[in-house]
Amino acid sequence: MKILVCIKQVPDMESRFKPDGAGLWFSEQDLAFRVNEYDEYAVEEAVQLREQLGDAVDLTVLSIGPDRVVEALKKVLAMGCDRAVHVQDPQAALKDPWQIAAIIAAFARDKGFELIFTGMQSQDRGSAQVGVALAEQLGIPSVTTIVAFDYADGAVTVKRELEGGIKGVVKLSAPALLTCQSGLNVPRYPTLPNIMKAKRKELLTVPVAELLHEEALATTASFHPPAKKGGGIVLEGDVAEMADQLIAILKERTTVLR
Amino acid sequence: MKALLICEYRESQLLESTYELLAFAGQLGADTAMVLVGDAANTPRYGGKVYLADAATYGEYNPAAHKGLVLAAVEKESPDYIIFQHSSYGWDLAPRVAAALKSAQVSEVIGIVDGGFETGACNGKMRRTVKPATARVVLTIQAGAFTFEGEPQGTPQVEKLDFAGPANVQFVGYEPAEAKEVDLTRAEVIVSAGRGIGKQDNVPVIAALAKAISGELGASRPVVDAGWVEHSRQVGITGQTVSPKLYIACGISGAIQHLAGMKKSDFVVAINKDKDAPIGETADVLVVADVMKFAPALTAKLQG
Repeated sequence: MKILVCIKQVPDMESRFKPDGAGLWFSEQDLAFRVNEYDEYAVEEAVQLREQLGDAVDLTVLSIGPDRVVEALKKVLAMGCDRAVHVQDPQAALKDPWQIAAIIAAFARDKGFELIFTGMQSQDRGSAQVGVALAEQLGIPSVTTIVAFDYADGAVTVKRELEGGIKGVVKLSAPALLTCQSGLNVPRYPTLPNIMKAKRKELLTVPVAELLHEEALATTASFHPPAKKGGGIVLEGDVAEMADQLIAILKERTTVLR
Repeated sequence: MKALLICEYRESQLLESTYELLAFAGQLGADTAMVLVGDAANTPRYGGKVYLADAATYGEYNPAAHKGLVLAAVEKESPDYIIFQHSSYGWDLAPRVAAALKSAQVSEVIGIVDGGFETGACNGKMRRTVKPATARVVLTIQAGAFTFEGEPQGTPQVEKLDFAGPANVQFVGYEPAEAKEVDLTRAEVIVSAGRGIGKQDNVPVIAALAKAISGELGASRPVVDAGWVEHSRQVGITGQTVSPKLYIACGISGAIQHLAGMKKSDFVVAINKDKDAPIGETADVLVVADVMKFAPALTAKLQG
């Protein structure tokens, strides 16, 4: 059984972000990159399924982006994926979700993937569109935001996370696509032997031009920091002094301290 | 300009968030019509046209049928905009409708600006203006970003909507939320732990601060996902929505899903070493500090 996992490499969200020269996305200077958090759950779920079903599973991971994304692919190969596909695109940040989905669809079409896992969204763009758009372009069913997954003989049972802690239980048949929510599982850390083993795994490089035949449906007009509303009090400096200041403020402005 | 608004309906109830769609359409200056997959006894308080399909026939979660029903209404109304909530219902359905129409979709819109729609980026730290390139546009709007002013009124003109086609998933049913160890919605003071506390061993430090100020311990989603704090204490869209007199966010960056669950608090204190963290925008007081240094100091002063 062939499984595909789609991952994105994103900056560490603790970073300070600055617009790039064109003001359309972030400047990559001083940023550290990692695997999009939601995608780590997708990878872990696929690897767990691989462990459940054994060698009958062939697990491919795909990522689109500049050469730095190879680092992310190596990490998930070390988590247990079998082979990696790097769709080489230095301009990936300028593509819209429709195009990203189209690139993956062009790769995946006719390859017979029974299951496709993606994160529910990326941490940097947060559109939550690519997974569903990919499924729609491939003409297969999809369910978003899963927090539980079970597979037996082509039958998939998932739980969707809804608002307020309620879950929706959904059954569907492979081929299918699932978008993964955080908390679905506990993503593993690659072990040193597996990191070594990953170095020998296949890494296929495909230029994006071979896969992209769709125009963008939307473009980014500007990337910028939020307008500062201000108004709030900012305390900085010595910890003990700030604690005194905060207590004074709480006594004055709230009724919870007497 | 015309907007087709897709109502939210779950467990046989029309959701109040439906009116946020109307508020947004008002800002857009668009004429409206609505689509509801629900029931005739639970139509929105709204004076316009509602295309109604029976949830008993089509199911509450049935993406293929709901997509078909929305497309049938699009056919009749020919709207410029098709607008959903950015919710578990909306983010699941909107891309399906957008793909079928090959329309641009802008997700989690927080504002209308010259040249496009404003949306968050980088976990809410940054903003992006997105410009659709298609004539017809699908939008999802951020939960809580647009408030309907006043009391919604009116009786809609209902038109039946039908769709014939196979389902490709089977909805089995709902699983209720886990029993709550604590009802945070009743707490007057909540002190919440976020990823910034560093590790599970530090949770008692935050719990001690909560105790010193006679509050309840809360938590952000990453802390709950990591298993440091039980789910019943999670504050946010997928946890509890709270409105205490005082909310203290400890090492919480302020992801949208968390902010939506606590922004109705009377007074918000954020303790964060990152001065630019989005929580600062919601906070009445931002303490720029390592929470693991500041929280014990505050606890000691409160006890002293």
